[in-house]
Amino acid sequence: MNTRGLRSQLKDSVPVTGLCPQAGPYGVQDSLRRGFSSVKNELLPSHPLELSEKNFQLNQDKMNFNTLRNIQGLHAPLKLQMEYRAARQIQRLPFLPSSNLALDTLRGSDDTIGFEDFLNDPVQSEMMGDPHIMTEYKLGIL
Amino acid sequence: MALSCVLEPALSGFNFDNSTRNIVLENGSEEGKIKAPKPMKTGTTIAGLVYKDGVVLGADTRATSDEVVADKKCAKIHYIAPNIYCCGAGTAADTEKTTDMLSSNLTIFSMNSGRNPRVIMAVNILQDMLFRYRGMIGAHLILGGVDCTGSHLYTVGPYGSMDKVPYLGMGSGKLPAMGILEDRFKANMDLEEAKALVSDAIHAGIMSDLGSGNNIDLCVITKEGWTISDLTESPL
Repeated sequence: MNTRGLRSQLKDSVPVTGLCPQAGPYGVQDSLRRGFSSVKNELLPSHPLELSEKNFQLNQDKMNFNTLRNIQGLHAPLKLQMEYRAARQIQRLPFLPSSNLALDTLRGSDDTIGFEDFLNDPVQSEMMGDPHIMTEYKLGIL
Repeated sequence: MALSCVLEPALSGFNFDNSTRNIVLENGSEEGKIKAPKPMKTGTTIAGLVYKDGVVLGADTRATSDEVVADKKCAKIHYIAPNIYCCGAGTAADTEKTTDMLSSNLTIFSMNSGRNPRVIMAVNILQDMLFRYRGMIGAHLILGGVDCTGSHLYTVGPYGSMDKVPYLGMGSGKLPAMGILEDRFKANMDLEEAKALVSDAIHAGIMSDLGSGNNIDLCVITKEGWTISDLTESPL
């Protein structure tokens, strides 16, 4: 893990997007599962690791690109990011989970095993989006 | 309404959805505060030392869940690689799963490169993994192994701290174990002396600590290979 790049990433504030959207599946507060609605629940993480885990991959990538830029110049991370973007676009139909093999190979995470490989594996998710609605949403005609 | 049917795929890895619910439950009603179930800890004595030809690791075999002995013959010496073994103290499930993942990663590495992994690689992987979760994974580990650079004994703490040591005791019974080790450790001991010292250290931990007991497991790792022996003394 790249820890030397940390100093270049120091920022004063962490942008917090909504953590626990109060609306349940029908657009209304789900009191049974989430308790009474409160602004605090939506803005503050309930678990100390929630924020850092949500952004972990992004932060790692940012740090690595920063170090690469400092060592090898601007073009190196630029080219890599272009490849990441291309690899990220290789997906299946909108409602089917993709293995992201190209992205994994680029990142080098195809020969490591972490918690994200067997916990909450999207391939084994019990819920699937409705194919028609997902495709319409993807095409923008929803 | 239609937009709420669009499914955002969940991020793989840990899911924190229930933590709000757990907090609400724990702070719930005044009279009947619901307590979360406690995970099984190993309340352990583990010890290791480097001797002339390799490394000797020892552990007791009791796993406790608060005041009850949950497992009398719990295996605390985990396999990492043919030349690396690891003793784990702390939360039983955490040590088990972390060492499993470490072992899988090192196996993939050996298959990729055709080499036996080095002990320092295992230590680095563990450090990265444990620091990422800021100590939430309660694994206090002693890693020992023999690789192409020699015999090594490392300890890794739950927050990702690591130390390279010639001998060490960990767990709730570490103070008595360290006492014995500090008293009789010499550099470059032979096998019989080293085994006797480690089992005496674990024995001291078993006698003086309530969370350790039952049997003593010993693991000897040398350049040629490893042996695990079970000193099934009478249950203590």
